[in-house]
Amino acid sequence: MDKVIEVHNLTKRFGSFAAVDAISFSVDKGEIFGFLGANGAGKTTAMRMLCGLSYPSEGSGRVAGFDVMTEGERIKRRIGYMSQRFSLYEDLTVFENMQLFGGIYGMDDSRIKRRSAELLERVRFSGHRDDIVGSLPLGWKQKLAFLVATMHDPEIVFLDEPTGGVDPITRRQFWMMIREASSAGTTMFVTTHYMDEAEYCDRVSIMVDGRIKALDSPEALKRAYGAASMNEVFVKLCR
Amino acid sequence: MQVRLSAFVRKEMLHILRDPRTLLVVLVIPVVLILLFGFTVSTDVNNISVAVCAPVRSDAVRESVDRLSFSPLFKCTGYIDRAEIDRTLRTGKASAVVVFDDDYTNSGLFQILVDGADVNTARTAQAYLQSVLSGETSRQSLFEVNQVYNPQLRSSYNFVPGIMGMIFLLICAMMTSISIVKEKETGTMEVLLVSPVKPVYIIISKMLPYLLLSSLNLVTILLLARYVLDVPLSGGVWSIVGFSVLYLLLALALGLLVSNIAGSQIVALLISAMVMIMPVIFFSGLLFPTYNMPWALRWISYVVPARWYIDAMRKLMIQGVAFRGVLLEFGILLGETLLLLAAATKKFNDRLE
Repeated sequence: MDKVIEVHNLTKRFGSFAAVDAISFSVDKGEIFGFLGANGAGKTTAMRMLCGLSYPSEGSGRVAGFDVMTEGERIKRRIGYMSQRFSLYEDLTVFENMQLFGGIYGMDDSRIKRRSAELLERVRFSGHRDDIVGSLPLGWKQKLAFLVATMHDPEIVFLDEPTGGVDPITRRQFWMMIREASSAGTTMFVTTHYMDEAEYCDRVSIMVDGRIKALDSPEALKRAYGAASMNEVFVKLCR
Repeated sequence: MQVRLSAFVRKEMLHILRDPRTLLVVLVIPVVLILLFGFTVSTDVNNISVAVCAPVRSDAVRESVDRLSFSPLFKCTGYIDRAEIDRTLRTGKASAVVVFDDDYTNSGLFQILVDGADVNTARTAQAYLQSVLSGETSRQSLFEVNQVYNPQLRSSYNFVPGIMGMIFLLICAMMTSISIVKEKETGTMEVLLVSPVKPVYIIISKMLPYLLLSSLNLVTILLLARYVLDVPLSGGVWSIVGFSVLYLLLALALGLLVSNIAGSQIVALLISAMVMIMPVIFFSGLLFPTYNMPWALRWISYVVPARWYIDAMRKLMIQGVAFRGVLLEFGILLGETLLLLAAATKKFNDRLE
């Protein structure tokens, strides 16, 4: 299997405090990788380093075949990113948002048209192509943000707590979309603190105080910790 | 793979067009301000009530008084006795009194008493009276006062350049800074930074639409100044436009810098108000002349860009100086613009880290 993310002793220090403390892991192509941890465990900081948003203090890492230290700009072209906060432009329409992000990744107009029609069709939202995003319900906004993050067919999509504040049904649908994209070969790197969502992942890592405390498939972790659910695994680890 | 700048500029344009209220404010405020300052808040003085004290009403006196009453600037309230002068001014029946010499016909001497409680009106009334009375027919007057460039002492000549100095700073700097900070607040900036967009693209696409908008403002202001307020624009329209565009760029750069410092839209607004409006009002020479300030304040005024801009606009619009006459101002503003741009882009890159 190809490794699309490989990280060795990646560390980020803010002064004397190590927000991310020498983590090492790798992610396979097409995998759904759950990046779990309590609030403040260092998930977002780690993810920012992988996205080329922030330089590591120590350690090394390669994302989509490029060095996170020196080739941040090349990495940025090959990844999609959906942030914790809702991050589409509320005063633009669904299509205008897609147009913008398509343009950012160098897609031409006809390709943007084709791709956006295809994506909207897939989630049965074509009728709302020209709606102002601000007028849509939160669940739809989140789904759209996901679609926009995948507009340019990235190799890896980073999702930073994509389902915060979304109802259970929409969350289910959201995970269906993630599954679908991963079976098409896109690697999904997802942070979350909903432990039931961890069950959807192929493998999960659990971060505590800047370190990765456990990393395996949900089944293996439950077995190893003698727990009935990922929730229990998490509580046992964090205690 | 090439990031398309046009996609970005289109997005910024859409932001502006989708917010018609702000757009309206941006386009209408300059017009309102110009008209307000041009008409209402003018320091021009009309209809000054003048009482005349002339013990001997010779022909020469009559002639002078006629001239006063025909002038739209004055309203003659009538003849009074010497004893009444003080009371007339005190009660406000007249704001100025002209006392003619007993032998006015030969001596041409007269005295002007003005109510100094309102300094501005007093000063203007005095100047007007002096010029009307010692005007064209007075053979004996000892000196002649001649107001060059602005013979009618119109205050719009003074205010138009000042308002321009303020408006462009407000629109360019405030709007760009807010629009960048807004993206930080909503989280969209994060997504832009993860994308392969170069910061310089973000900066250009933020600057362009506001440069366009304020150029539109420049056109309306110049039209209003020329055709409604009769400001001469005697230095040539192109020098004025060219100089103003440099000032617009400076303001945009300032906005970028503010947006880097400010974390929220409120803070951006506050900084804009502190950094932009206050210095323009106090140190630009818009209201108070800078040359008789204490040296410390005068030095501050040398740093305020609006000071140089307003100075140059007065020269270009009213004195009719050619562009080469404002090279010093141009050079200083150019230097400040480059400095601000360098500082702003550097700060912006640091944010990317």
